[in-house]
Amino acid sequence: MQRIGVFVCHCGTNIAATVDVKAVAEALGHEAGVVISQDYQYMCSESGQDLVKNAIKEHNLTGVVVCSCSPRMHENTFRKAAASAGLNPYLVEIANIREQCSWIHKDIASATDKAIVLGKAAVAKVHLNAPLTAGESPVVKRALVIGGGIAGIQTALDIAEAGFEVDIVEKEPTIGGKMAQIDKTFPTLDCAACILTPKMVEAAQNEKITIHSFSEVADVKGFVGNFTVTIKKKARFVDETKCTGCGLCTEKCPMKKVPNEFNMGLDNRTAVYIPFAQAVPKVATIDPNYCLMLKNGKCGVCSKVCTAGAIDYKQTDKMIEQKYGAIVVATGFNPIKPDKYDEFAYSYCPDVVTSLELERLMNAAGPNGGTLLRPSDKTHPHTIVFVQCVGSRCDDEKGKPYCSKICCMYTAKHAMLIREKYPDTEVYVFYIDVRTPGKNFDEFYRRAVEQYNVHYIKGMVGKVTPKADGKIDVQASDLLANEQLHINADMVVLATAIEPDKTARPLATMLTTQMDTNDFFTEAHPKLRPVESATAGIFLSGACQGPKDIPETVAQASAAAAKAIGLLCKNSITCNPCVAHSDELMCNGCSACEKVCPYGAITYQDKEFRMPDRSTAIRRVASVNPAVCQGCGACTVACPSGAMDLNGFSNSQIMAEVDAICK
Amino acid sequence: MQVNENFEPVIVAFCCNWCSYAGADLSGTNRLNYPSNVKIIRVPCSCRVNPMFILRAFQKGADGVILCGCHPGDCHYTSGNYFTRRRITLLYSMLDFLGIERNRTRLEWVSAAEGAKFAAVMNQFVEDVKKLGPNRRLEDLRCRKQ
Repeated sequence: MQRIGVFVCHCGTNIAATVDVKAVAEALGHEAGVVISQDYQYMCSESGQDLVKNAIKEHNLTGVVVCSCSPRMHENTFRKAAASAGLNPYLVEIANIREQCSWIHKDIASATDKAIVLGKAAVAKVHLNAPLTAGESPVVKRALVIGGGIAGIQTALDIAEAGFEVDIVEKEPTIGGKMAQIDKTFPTLDCAACILTPKMVEAAQNEKITIHSFSEVADVKGFVGNFTVTIKKKARFVDETKCTGCGLCTEKCPMKKVPNEFNMGLDNRTAVYIPFAQAVPKVATIDPNYCLMLKNGKCGVCSKVCTAGAIDYKQTDKMIEQKYGAIVVATGFNPIKPDKYDEFAYSYCPDVVTSLELERLMNAAGPNGGTLLRPSDKTHPHTIVFVQCVGSRCDDEKGKPYCSKICCMYTAKHAMLIREKYPDTEVYVFYIDVRTPGKNFDEFYRRAVEQYNVHYIKGMVGKVTPKADGKIDVQASDLLANEQLHINADMVVLATAIEPDKTARPLATMLTTQMDTNDFFTEAHPKLRPVESATAGIFLSGACQGPKDIPETVAQASAAAAKAIGLLCKNSITCNPCVAHSDELMCNGCSACEKVCPYGAITYQDKEFRMPDRSTAIRRVASVNPAVCQGCGACTVACPSGAMDLNGFSNSQIMAEVDAICK
Repeated sequence: MQVNENFEPVIVAFCCNWCSYAGADLSGTNRLNYPSNVKIIRVPCSCRVNPMFILRAFQKGADGVILCGCHPGDCHYTSGNYFTRRRITLLYSMLDFLGIERNRTRLEWVSAAEGAKFAAVMNQFVEDVKKLGPNRRLEDLRCRKQ
């Protein structure tokens, strides 16, 4: 006979305000098998948990139902409490009467009725719960970091510091990411390269870190502690082990008209190239789309001048397979292309640039050697207009609904740097709001306004029109003065929204992690687990999770590293015991389950069975490897004989819930 | 058909643990209302839902059953929701064959980020089932509440 305890939580007033918790406890107390039914203000608190523990001991309970918040929140809390009182933790069920009842219903009577039904369903289920024991599986002591920007580099350095092997996979020929393209950083105005490149070198020199540049993740299999990842090393047609990075090939390459991605296409590079002087690894890469030898089979200049003999035109993509215990995603962001905004004339006026393009134009290693010149005629601009929120905080299809967070600050930085270097240049900034939360951020913005006399104007730019004389007419409204403005500008800079990298979506599918509607990775809990994904063993670092500036990215990168280290420190992890199992007496060995199993957890064995007539027969039956099974339950439905069932979510348990709800 | 204003349908919702159940939680966190007729059963994956469970619900007196899972391609278990989609397609054709309104059963993809969608889907489904009226064809009268 079952002895079930029901515990109804008030959650302060979160539940108690719309659900009559006393009535729920009273009603559930009359259910079959329930021996104690109590309510308490905060069941998850120390004293609430003690209430549960004492009841388990006192009434010798065989099952516990907690009517409280979502099981995603506190299922583990109550399972641990039960375990400490000597009850198998899998004999605890949660009825979600907060997120799925009190918070969404306003009428007390109907919310109370629903809470009772949800409680009854949980009681019906717990009647059929079986004690489960979690197995253990070993942890591979190696981490994979996907993305080699500042987030990936910081995470890798921290994990390596703790003594674990780390691999960085970077899709570009060099690590460094977006930060390598930036000139100065706010709010300190220190040089980005000066603080980034030592980190890049540190990562390259660290014995524990392996950098796979110009590589992509091709496939991910396995689960927490034991991922098998296939990395595709794209052919760069240069032997990484031989290339010394001398750069002679890049000087001699005759194909000099390739748009330079690193400088946002503002100048050209050669077909064989090293993205920038401080690239790590400093190895040349041949662009097969432009290389004359690879395209036409005629040239070979680079291989002739290379003294190291590193050029290899026959190189092909290589696949590497490696096992990892933890994976950190650091795929970062990209600014959107403002092509869709015809009003800003970006697609046809070269003097309308994005902020990242301006960053390159002002960079000492950029196309103009650090002198700010108009891209069209290489003259010095005297009036520059900055447009904020291009594509950010936008409710139409063209843009993004969120605030890109970093634009207000980098625009203040740009404005300040321009006014500092070229005091004869007038700078206008059109904004919706100036958002400067952050240490020393508002002081920085005020310096731009007060000390550097940057003209901040609240209002949006309506139309940007290039004129025949090379100037640009910027038509805008000043909302505070309530007037229309025309500014005769030399350059227009668009603070474009940032979006997750395009590789993030297919990667999320491979990793079976969740993304939000904007393709940012979703964290396991928005407040309490901000650097973990909901998929165990996958951690999030940097702007792949949401727009972030550099200090926030570094902070999150170290946090993700700490979480990954926590996992890698363990020799084994407890597995989910809610896995499938097969009833061998019912199984007829048809292979239906094996075909639907995404993990290959089901194998077949020949087993000897005693038949009713006492003879023995050998039959082929399915067996599930509990360490590999992840408990999706696909096989349970595929099984025609009903031999497959899922621990914790058995056929009879779900049917019991259905019955309780429909009664 | 005449709509009975007082008809309160019983709706069983199966939600996968990773997307739709989290989406339901999110609609709660955001205080987005939907009718209390909807009662959610948590399953690890939408592919855990045997079409038999759906028929069982109708037999026991449910007026509508809705099954929610991750969007195609986003399944936590890689491929579970594809199985669900096929199975529900088959179930629909069986319901059609038996002459039972297929609109009482619905399959929806709701991600963990789509709290608003979850509430909207539930509001719509309850409204649609109300228009269909009580489930009489599949209900087993022996199971009816006294």
